[in-house]
Amino acid sequence: MAQRLPVKPLVFLAAAAPAAIITADAFSGRLGANPPDAIIDRSGLWCLRLLLATLAVTPLRLLTGWRWPMRVRRMLGLFAFFYGVVHFAAWGLFEHGLRLGPLWADLWDHLYLAVGFLAVAGMVPLAATSFDAAMRRLGVWWVRLHRTVYLLAALSVLHYYLLVKADVRDPLIYAGLLAVLLGYRLLPRPWQRAGDLLRPAPRRPTRPAAGP
Amino acid sequence: MIKRRAPIHSDRVTDESVYRGRRRFLAQAGIGAVGLLAGASLLRPAPANGTMRIKNIRPGPFGTDEDKTSYEDVTTYNNYYEFGTSKSAPSRNADQLPTDPWSVEIGGEVGRPGTYPLEDILKPHPLEERVYRHRCVEAWSMVIPWVGFPLADLLKRFEPTSQARFVELATLYDPEHMPGQQREVLDWPYVEGLRLDEAMNPLAIMAVGLYGKTLPNQNGAPLRLVVPWKYGFKSIKSIVKIRLTREQPATTWNIAAPNEYGFYANVNPNVPHPRWSQARERRIGEFFKRDTEMFNGYGEQVTHLYKGMDLRKHF
Repeated sequence: MAQRLPVKPLVFLAAAAPAAIITADAFSGRLGANPPDAIIDRSGLWCLRLLLATLAVTPLRLLTGWRWPMRVRRMLGLFAFFYGVVHFAAWGLFEHGLRLGPLWADLWDHLYLAVGFLAVAGMVPLAATSFDAAMRRLGVWWVRLHRTVYLLAALSVLHYYLLVKADVRDPLIYAGLLAVLLGYRLLPRPWQRAGDLLRPAPRRPTRPAAGP
Repeated sequence: MIKRRAPIHSDRVTDESVYRGRRRFLAQAGIGAVGLLAGASLLRPAPANGTMRIKNIRPGPFGTDEDKTSYEDVTTYNNYYEFGTSKSAPSRNADQLPTDPWSVEIGGEVGRPGTYPLEDILKPHPLEERVYRHRCVEAWSMVIPWVGFPLADLLKRFEPTSQARFVELATLYDPEHMPGQQREVLDWPYVEGLRLDEAMNPLAIMAVGLYGKTLPNQNGAPLRLVVPWKYGFKSIKSIVKIRLTREQPATTWNIAAPNEYGFYANVNPNVPHPRWSQARERRIGEFFKRDTEMFNGYGEQVTHLYKGMDLRKHF
């Protein structure tokens, strides 16, 4: 069934929808009293959510046996990067009017800013090597490079945790989700594939009987 | 087996006058809807629930001619954790709070302690409009036309003793109507405080309204403090208790994070919050940040209060 659905276009629309909604809200005056902060906050949250969605692909694939999640992983990762860039650019624009001197100084003056910047900057090489040719050229190094996404997701959650004033519930929820997704990867392989036990063994193509 | 329908009680039958009135109701609803649409396009949004116009407000001192923040922004973008920690939660959740009747307990180092109905607290004080800048510790700001009276005038009525050095104020604790208090985000009830000479400064007011109307609940109805040279969290809302004390009171944000929120919490662009800068602020309604002024621009009135104090230490 999943094969029949146009999975890629659907996921594309779902991942692009927040950007469309934020834009529509901006032009119709529905961002509230503080539109700059609303744009910064909402784009940042979607960056984090899509990072987690990217990290959910492998567990979903192994637990369910579905193949379609793998086909949208790159797109989810690139959308996370897109929201991260929007988040950083909006901050730079509304906080510093894009004046690079004060912007740069501010980044390294405040831990939550430095952590957030490193998370977005760390996504640049991943986005830059996301196409098939880079994958083939880099081989095993591609896999190693792209494992840094675990660290970048952790930095993103830390950034969120560091900027809230007192109510840390939401950052802790994201931290919990991330812990589950990363913890899954530490499980022994058979446990990761626990879903296989619930499914009939895949049918193997029947071989022609051996000739005499 | 045939089930019998339950008999219809006469009190569940629509009364005839109501039934006959349905066309009138529809007509009124229609007119109302048209009026609402017209009003929405021409005027600022209707005042929040339960506010009433206040009569006989005289203009007060220390005003600013800066553009006032719109009524809608002032009443929908609030930090009032008793009603939830998002900016929009207070305006959504606060209308459940009963603010009438209301009483205020006055105690500690005063000659006339007691619990007084709000009417008695307010009666002798002429109300004035004070257009103040309001600077949040989160680096945003507004300009708000408050309606209120000097805190000093209130405190003097209850005759502070010679021992009184601080004022402690507390917000209502009512988890049933203040859903934010059902979670331990802060150490409820919310408590704030001032040194007595700060409280006696003519800038410090008790507010009962804004924009000429009684306070909406999300802005701290029915009685709140406004100390415009300090970060917004000092201006405690929905006050039920005022005590004069010998010792510096323990205040809520200071308890929550002593290295981040000091007892004084004076607006100071030169002393950053440990996690973010306080040098600039976003005036609600503007896109880019502007510089923050020392004491939020009220240095002329309050600098003398802190003479000789290290404001990096007493932040």
